[in-house]
This record gives sequence, C-alpha cells and structure tokens, in this order.
Amino acid sequence: MLLTGAVVTAGALVVALRRLEYEQIPRAAVLSAAFFVSSLITVPVGPSSVHLVLNGLMGLVLGWAAVPAILVALVLQAAFFGFGGLLVLGVNTMNIALPALLCSALLGALLRRPGTNGFVIGALAGLLGVSLTGLMVALSLGLSDPAYSVAAKVILATYAPLLLVEAVVTGAIVGFLWRVAPELLFVRGKADD
Amino acid sequence: MNRPLLTSGAPTRRWLSDRDPRLRILAALAFAGATVSLFSLPALLLALGIALGTALAAGLSARRTLRRLLALEGFMLVLLILLPFSVAGTPWLSLGPLQASHEGLLLATQILLRANAIVLMLLALLGTLEPATLGHALGRLRVPEKLVHLFLFTVRYIDVLDAEFTRLRQAMRARAFVPRSNRHSWNSFGWLIGMLLVRSLERSERILAAMKCRGFDGRLYLLEDYRWRAQDSLHALAFGLLLAAVLVLEALQ
Repeated sequence: MLLTGAVVTAGALVVALRRLEYEQIPRAAVLSAAFFVSSLITVPVGPSSVHLVLNGLMGLVLGWAAVPAILVALVLQAAFFGFGGLLVLGVNTMNIALPALLCSALLGALLRRPGTNGFVIGALAGLLGVSLTGLMVALSLGLSDPAYSVAAKVILATYAPLLLVEAVVTGAIVGFLWRVAPELLFVRGKADD
Repeated sequence: MNRPLLTSGAPTRRWLSDRDPRLRILAALAFAGATVSLFSLPALLLALGIALGTALAAGLSARRTLRRLLALEGFMLVLLILLPFSVAGTPWLSLGPLQASHEGLLLATQILLRANAIVLMLLALLGTLEPATLGHALGRLRVPEKLVHLFLFTVRYIDVLDAEFTRLRQAMRARAFVPRSNRHSWNSFGWLIGMLLVRSLERSERILAAMKCRGFDGRLYLLEDYRWRAQDSLHALAFGLLLAAVLVLEALQ
C-alpha cells in the first residue's frame, strides 16, 4: 500500500510538474502557504473541533498544481510538526491530492458557467474532497492489513462531522471568492484549460 | 510579532548543526526505512531508544516534543484501542462480548513504538533544520527543481500569511467573534479564509512583478554548496552501525 501510494503520487507529480510553469510557481506557493495556514484553524463542531482539509478548494483554485502543493505542505508538517511520517508521504499525498484533482475536473467547468451558485459548487467540492479522502484513507488502511478494517470504519465515522463543516466552510469560501475575486477561480495556468 | 510557525524553537547543538544537511535527510530516511521493517519488541525498543537519544543529544525541547508526540498518539488512539479487539488470537482480556487478543495487543504495541521512533528521529534530525536549508539540501539531492522552488517559496510565505491571518483573526476578535458550532461561525471562517486567499493572490502578483524586475527567469539559484567533511563520514558510519545493530537484533529474535 505504501508502495502504491508512492507510485501514484510520483506519477501525478510528474504530470503536475510538467504542467506547472515557472511563472506560476510564486502563485502556487503563496496559495499553498495560505492553505497550510488555513488548515491550522481549529473549527468547533458540536462538542469537539476539527481542522479543515480544504483539498476540494485546492483542486478548484490550483488545478494540477494542487499535487505538488499538497506534497510540500505534508513534508513541512511531517518534518516540523511531526504529523504523519516519511514513509506514508506517498499514500497521504495520493489520498488528499486525487480527490482534489477530481473536484477540479468535475466542478471546475461548472464553476466557470455564468450564473452558477458559488456556494453550492464550493459545498460540493468540500463534500466530495473530504469524503473521498476519508474513503481512501479507510481503504488504504483496510487493504494494507485486514486487521485494520474495524479501525478503518471508525476513522471513516470520525469524518462525518468534518464533512459537514468542510462543506459549509468551502461553500462560504467559494461563494465569497465568486463575488469578490472571481479571477481566482477562473484564470488558471494556460496549461490547465 | 508572532513566533515563526516552522521552527523547532531550540538552538541546535554543534555536533548536529555542523553536519551536512544531506546526511541528516538520508539518515532520517534510512532510520525510517529500517524501523518499519522491525517486528520484534527488543529491536523496536532499541530503535526508540536510539531516536530518543538522538532527540536528547539534538537538544529538542522536551515539552514541545512531548506535545507533538501526544498529538500523534491522539491520532493513532482509535487504531491502538481497536486492534486488540479486531485481531483474532489467544484471548487476553474480555469486555462483555468483546475479546481482546494477545496478537492484537502485540500489533498495537509494535505500531506505537515504530511510529514514535520514526517521528522522534524526524523531529530531531529534520525539525531542527532551517526550512530553507531543508529545501536547498533536497535540491542537492536531485529532487525536481520546480518542486524545490515551490517548497522554498511556500516556506517563505507561510510565516507572512500566518501573520496576515493573525491580523484578520484579531480584527474578528475585536468585533467579539467567538467561534461556536454553528452556521454563522463556519461562514465567518469561510470568509476569513477567502479573504486570506484574495490577499495572498494579490501578494503573489506583486512578488512575481518584483522578481521579474530583478531579472527572475523562472529559476532560483541554489547557492549553498555543501561540503562533505571527514566528520560527516564518521557520523554516517556511527549511525550506520547503530542501524545495523538494530537490524541484527531483529534478525536474532
């Protein structure tokens, strides 16, 4: 499973880096830093609290550049905060970046149609991004060893509150960007369209 | 001014800061690679001991490191509590209809030791590096150039954006915003992040313009040329011997 993740991540990374032009690097980096900072926000939900993943949004805003951006954020988290580890970097990047790419592919075009409701698209991206990530995390646990399957189900259940918050917050973000800075959602690298 | 996000907070000891950063990256990788292949408890304990020793010698702040490890434990708690019950084997403890097995307990202990050893070593060897140095060293280790550039730019802007975020958040607090579990709070956080993104984007346009002004043609030049010293070879040898000892212990079990 570790190997599969590493291979998939490496493949996606090659494509993403080929599409990433030098001109876009400062922009991708600033946004990737913004996502890194945003993911540190503690959002209360019910009696507990969650941290946002925002991978759906990253897909919408960054397109393919989301893959290296997510990898960089995970490397930083692993080296300086001790979250995650070195060897699971590949799997983790895959589990977060593939849903981001899917959101970009499925919802990006919808978002660019005139008269779309930004909130709805954003909420869908949040929902899709996090639920797919949860599913993939559970799957990678379950597939690597059947002994983990019960734990995988419990972890999947802990994603439920996150799902709600992520959908509302991402919806609010995209609705906001739609009104205030639509260029952030529309103009992406030439290579992405 | 708020504290930079990405620092270990501890002044690094000379023996570690004098080492070639590439050696530190490779050593952390080798340690992680060796540790995941361990199953016997003595070998895992030895690995954890080595990681602990390195962390102590690196002068990591005990409180902060402990807090980070606890965050990791919190994350793995689900797995650790459930494993004894979900693995079939000789019974060890029964709670009502649930049976915990020895095998499951062993597996959970292995995971706990393994994960802590790897993370501790990672924090000791890499967490004490300057983030920019880590980026340069990765570049010297043939990590794709664009990725290294992205890494270096991201590192640079995380602290800038964190300051911006703190400012926006403070403005919200000044208006008596207290986050609660309701739609209003979630919307407000959404707008906060949206605003952060908008300002970041404007900033990135200015950065690109300023960099073009200075002749930026899409490359940063990695100026640091690391020199491998005899001391580095000695440390690499010692570290290799320690790893070999762990692996031999594993093979003997």
